[in-house]
Amino acid sequence: SMVRIKVISRDEVKFTRETPLDLQRVSRNVDPELHPLEKPREYTRALNAVKLQKVFSKPFVGDLTGHIDGCYTLLRHHSQLNTLVSGSCDGEVRLWNVTTRKSTCAWNAHSGFTRGVAFNWEGNSLYTCGSDRTVKLWALPDTNVNTYSKEGEKPVATWLSDDAFLSIDHQRKSKTFATTAANVLAVWDPKRSEPISKLSWGDDSLMTVKFNPIETYILATTSEDRSITLYDLRASTPIHKLVMDMKSNSLAWNPMESFNFTIANEDHNCYTFDTRNMKIARNVHTDHVSAVLSLDYSPTGKEFVTGSYDRTVRIFPKDQGKSREVYHTRRMQRIFSVQFSGDSSYVFCGSDDSNIRIWKSVAHANTEVQLPRQEQKEKYNAALIERYKDFPEVRRIKDKQHVPKAIKQAQMAKGIIKRSQQRKLSNKQKHSKAGQKVFQPERKKHIITTVQ
Amino acid sequence: MTEEGQDFEGKVTRIKTSKYQRTAKINTTKMPLRKEQRKMEHKKKLIANAIEAAARSELLLPESTGYMESEGPLDKTFKVSQKEIKEAVDLQSRDKIFDLRLPEFGPYSAEYTKDGQFVLLAGEKGHISLFDWHKNVLKTEFHLKETVRDVCFLHNETMFAVAQKKQVFVYDYKGTEIHSLKTHADPYALQFLPYHFLLCSIGKQGILRYQDISTGALLQGLHTKLGPCSIMKQNPYNAILHLGHQNGTVSLWSPNSSQPHVKMLCHKAALTDLAIDRSGHIMVTTGLDAKVKVFDIRTYKKLFSYDTPSQRTVQTLDISHKGALGLGFGSHVQVWKDFSARRIKEPYLIHRLPFQNKINRVRFCPFEDVMGIGHANGFSSVIVPGAGEANFDTFEANPYQTTKQRRETTVVRLLEKIPSDMITLDPMAIGTVARDNSEKVLENQRLIYESQNPGAKWSKVKKEKKKMRGKNKIGKKVTQKERKYVENKQKNAQAEEEKASKQAKGKQAKEVSEGPATQEEVVQSALERFNKK
Repeated sequence: SMVRIKVISRDEVKFTRETPLDLQRVSRNVDPELHPLEKPREYTRALNAVKLQKVFSKPFVGDLTGHIDGCYTLLRHHSQLNTLVSGSCDGEVRLWNVTTRKSTCAWNAHSGFTRGVAFNWEGNSLYTCGSDRTVKLWALPDTNVNTYSKEGEKPVATWLSDDAFLSIDHQRKSKTFATTAANVLAVWDPKRSEPISKLSWGDDSLMTVKFNPIETYILATTSEDRSITLYDLRASTPIHKLVMDMKSNSLAWNPMESFNFTIANEDHNCYTFDTRNMKIARNVHTDHVSAVLSLDYSPTGKEFVTGSYDRTVRIFPKDQGKSREVYHTRRMQRIFSVQFSGDSSYVFCGSDDSNIRIWKSVAHANTEVQLPRQEQKEKYNAALIERYKDFPEVRRIKDKQHVPKAIKQAQMAKGIIKRSQQRKLSNKQKHSKAGQKVFQPERKKHIITTVQ
Repeated sequence: MTEEGQDFEGKVTRIKTSKYQRTAKINTTKMPLRKEQRKMEHKKKLIANAIEAAARSELLLPESTGYMESEGPLDKTFKVSQKEIKEAVDLQSRDKIFDLRLPEFGPYSAEYTKDGQFVLLAGEKGHISLFDWHKNVLKTEFHLKETVRDVCFLHNETMFAVAQKKQVFVYDYKGTEIHSLKTHADPYALQFLPYHFLLCSIGKQGILRYQDISTGALLQGLHTKLGPCSIMKQNPYNAILHLGHQNGTVSLWSPNSSQPHVKMLCHKAALTDLAIDRSGHIMVTTGLDAKVKVFDIRTYKKLFSYDTPSQRTVQTLDISHKGALGLGFGSHVQVWKDFSARRIKEPYLIHRLPFQNKINRVRFCPFEDVMGIGHANGFSSVIVPGAGEANFDTFEANPYQTTKQRRETTVVRLLEKIPSDMITLDPMAIGTVARDNSEKVLENQRLIYESQNPGAKWSKVKKEKKKMRGKNKIGKKVTQKERKYVENKQKNAQAEEEKASKQAKGKQAKEVSEGPATQEEVVQSALERFNKK
């Protein structure tokens, strides 16, 4: 009969491995009929992924011990990944090698608090400023030398002032640096012993100064009179002032979107502003239960780390109001300074108990070198969690942040207060004439005025 | 939706992407938020790329489906015997056609594992044997002194469940009895849901029982209340069980509801067997009324109905991965191909068994072009070209599995075990948005209230406040309620009166201007003065 017949006949050689040293062969067929119950299986995988993330959340890496008094300032080197400098409350400044977790160098820089540190643009010297009304320039030792060196005992240069210096920052790609002392923002050239320009707007002391990383002629300062001031160096004047409800302790520019900056405020929140429209905050980041003392952006510009008076370190995504991670230990006391590492995978925090702690920026991240298949699996898990993050069971596990009892109670108390305030406000609105009690968005509520 | 592409021979072929389209197309034009709209448009692009990539990857599949094509209209495929096929096929495939003569222990049932490597033969008089049919290696063989009604593989070939006379037993691949499940009493049929690790049994009592194999927990004993049932099949698409009853109905069950999800009246007499397509789209049923019916399960509509000669009712059914339907008549087996797309005019293949045999069960081997027939005198394996899925996926079922791979797969499957309360008729419902009905409900309440009490303002029902201890006297509450009721009534009556009087005035005004329209209207207005005020 004239019938053509073909039957499936598989060659075993094609589908099995040749030697035990080979990898096993994999055949794929993406026909959906071969993979039934896709959604339930995916959901189960997402749930497993989120649980495993919590299982593998071991964020504490190590600490840098050496200081005797509380660590007041921290700064990472802008080009060397493993270099960190810290200044403590007794005037000691230490240079750290983060990989060996040992300090390469220590200077008794100041007789009072070390208020600020800054690296110069080449990265071979360090400026420090302190409460003893001096700014000192130190030469950094050779990085290849691992031993404790006493070479840098004397500063290369010193600048004096009548008032205690409260902060210092260095301009990128130049030799200029800026300091704040009392209500004056001074811009210096290292070759001169007097500042090249002095800017001020208002009578209260300026607490922090930060140069904009991209538009390097713009500076921002926070001041004791609850204001944030922007300055333009080309015009040598202050340009914009934003007054808030409460004082801001720290300020950081977003390194990727440098028209945005975030401030760490006394009212337990961080506010992100766009310099082009300062009448309303872009974001209000709430989660801390006590004053936020310091803030630093990740080099990716997508998140920032904050350290607060409530003994916790939190990592916030730049566009969300709730923190992604929270780190705390019984031994870690008030956190004065935080820094993101240069590759954005670690976070450093200097606290009152004289230790600098190193944490992972992603708590469940695997720090070892991973096989490509492992990496793929991690990415898949992350994508699954992202897709199913709104499901109640997944969300319950994902959003759970363990926090010490005192903070938990403070959070609950804050919640009660907030809700009762909202309820009272809505009652007032209901029972008053239309237009009298206007609803104010949270982003605007805490801003008092902006002046130009 | 199809797209043009080129196959490896350079001919322009159409790439069919409809298979990979899981959801309806996303419409982004009516989204309120611009930011979300942009995100959604980006996602749309990614999804489109993924679908195209999946469709194009079909080119890389190593094997192609089998076929049996006649060259002319006079050459019929069903005239081709297994002998002729044997001559036309390669050596490896010839070994797939064999007969096992086992005349002593009753009609045999055969089950294949999900990867098609192992066969479990169960003779009704108690003979169980598990063997690798490719390599002809017998794994285990033992005799039970009880009737065996059904067998079922569990997650792989290492464990299987046997429905014996009084209860269900679970055996190891070495033949040792591992578990004795006494609660599964008088079982007639067994099924195993692989992704939920659920062993299901139904029997004389008509109670459908789900047992979780991984934890050992007995989930549910659902009383079907439809009498003894011996036909149970699972829908691989959504893990719903289809039970065929003696009153001709098919009911669809999941462990989450004590009532069946759907009851379909399929036949006018008891069902003899049913089979479900791999896609979960098509169900084929046969009954004692000598009919074979093809249903679309998604719409529950009958597609085709075939009459079989009344003396030959179909005893067994099975559908292969590629949509070949195997029907076991008295002593011969027919295979129908593409039965869901169009009305069948002639079978695709016919296989007659020698010696006036009685066919007990027909099963297609998963990834081979092979059909296993369990009959009264043993087991036969026949080739059906084009029945099996040519390309398997290693992560689903791997015919070339090593021991290590088997162990790892078990662990992965256990980790990804779907909880039983996720079994629903539509498995893709997860992730869809559930519309909030509370607003609609309130709207309804408002409308009802306003229609019953015209003129009254509707406010949400307020909960009665609980007073302090000693002041919650029931008598007072009741009198308060009555007072309110009377007040409302009076109010409503007043409102109606005013309305009526207005209407009357309106009418009088009309009359003055036009004159009374009909006598009836005149009569009405005259009688008005007798209305109660």
